Amino acid sequence: MSIPLAASSINVTLGEVAAALALVAVAAIASRVWNAGLEEDIGIAVARSFIQLTAIGYVITVIFDEDSFALVVGLISVMVVFGAFTARHRAKDVPDSFWPLLASLAVAAAATLGLVVALGIFDPTPRYLVPVGGMVVGNSMTAAAVALNRLGEDVHDQSRRIEATLALGATSSQAVTPLVRRSLRSGMITLVDSTKTTGLIFFPGTMVGMLLAGADPTDAVRLQLILLYVLLGAVSIAALMAITLARRNFFTPAHQLREPPEP
Amino acid sequence: MLFELDQVTYSRAGAVVLRDVTVRLPVGASSVVGPSGSGKSTLLRLLNRLADPDAGRVVYEGKDVRELDPLVLRREVSLVPQLPALIDGTVHDNVAYGPRLAGHSFDTRSCLELAGLDPAFAGRDAFKLSVGEQQRVMLARAIALEPRVLLLDEPTSALDEAAREAVEGTLRRLRARTAISIVLVTHDVEQARRLAEFVVRIDAGRVVAQGPIAEVLEDSEVALAEDAT
Repeated sequence: MSIPLAASSINVTLGEVAAALALVAVAAIASRVWNAGLEEDIGIAVARSFIQLTAIGYVITVIFDEDSFALVVGLISVMVVFGAFTARHRAKDVPDSFWPLLASLAVAAAATLGLVVALGIFDPTPRYLVPVGGMVVGNSMTAAAVALNRLGEDVHDQSRRIEATLALGATSSQAVTPLVRRSLRSGMITLVDSTKTTGLIFFPGTMVGMLLAGADPTDAVRLQLILLYVLLGAVSIAALMAITLARRNFFTPAHQLREPPEP
Repeated sequence: MLFELDQVTYSRAGAVVLRDVTVRLPVGASSVVGPSGSGKSTLLRLLNRLADPDAGRVVYEGKDVRELDPLVLRREVSLVPQLPALIDGTVHDNVAYGPRLAGHSFDTRSCLELAGLDPAFAGRDAFKLSVGEQQRVMLARAIALEPRVLLLDEPTSALDEAAREAVEGTLRRLRARTAISIVLVTHDVEQARRLAEFVVRIDAGRVVAQGPIAEVLEDSEVALAEDAT
């Protein structure tokens, strides 16, 4: 089964986009009044979002026009690499975190997109795979980065306890097992909580987009549910795999902490 | 010989912690004494491969420790760190941790008794004990592995006088009741005198003396007295 696209779409002019900046001005004024120091960051965020989204809009147009599966794989691969680079900066306490992040994002994207295509939920065409792939990689990146950041902080803070369990004959994996649970939970909890409250406290983006574009609410809800479930699977895979691969990097092959506690 | 360190050098974050250390530790009770920051704890961590030296070698009962499985070595040569570092759960959970990993049978009650704790402590939350009691739980969970050697890193530094005497009594009883060897790291020369027969004096990462405790500590005291005059 494939989800039907909206029968109609809305046209948005650049003038209308510019008009929306009026609310950005409110944010900038609030920042100035309260000395929050965010004016420059707000300006950068507005400029970068305009440039990046406009650029990706052209790229997606080309990919849709070409209707090439290879181009879809190429675009998602680029997203995965950039995602791993970005997440690496957040997981700064984890040694050599790039490769675990790259592998976890790639597997999360491949597994979830492969599954929704194999189950016939989406056709294997750029129109479905590009936006869903972007969401999967983005959410997976956030989950993996949060999980690894927590793992790095915990290993650093609890190095005495970890070394004490190594001294009792625990393997490096066994020594970090209690921390892995907490890190995995940290990586997933945001999406799990937002999934719990969806429809009550907020309307998720895909559903809003489809409703704005004139889709039938039932279709919008079903597509949103599919995406929520896909994302839950993707972030679980990404966080778990990133932690599983990265936890070895804290230790030598002889089950020693690379950065032992201060004497 | 229980342990031999041959020309061992170890650095941490670019700073040399142990420099060209050559030490022989016999079976029985040995002590490594020296001021804070002299490299005593680092030396202890090399004995059960919690760290490896940059140069030189560490030998346990005639075998280079790098040739041994580190997990098997650590169950046989068990380290009790300076500060309590217990796992979440009860005292029993902590005592059971090592033996369960190794697939050994164990008796929580006798381990607690050997460590000088009432067996009734088994069901108590480990984090609700005093520091002295936690230190003895650390000792009990090391004993539960039935090690041949106990490495003790300043086991009484966080304790008051009464708790210190209790732990020292525990160690003396343990040695009287089992064939266990101990390597005790301490800054307290008197404690070394009370608990060990052999001593290594270390200062600024270098060995300054080693031998039977009566000779080394007497010589050191004579040297110190001469320096003072």
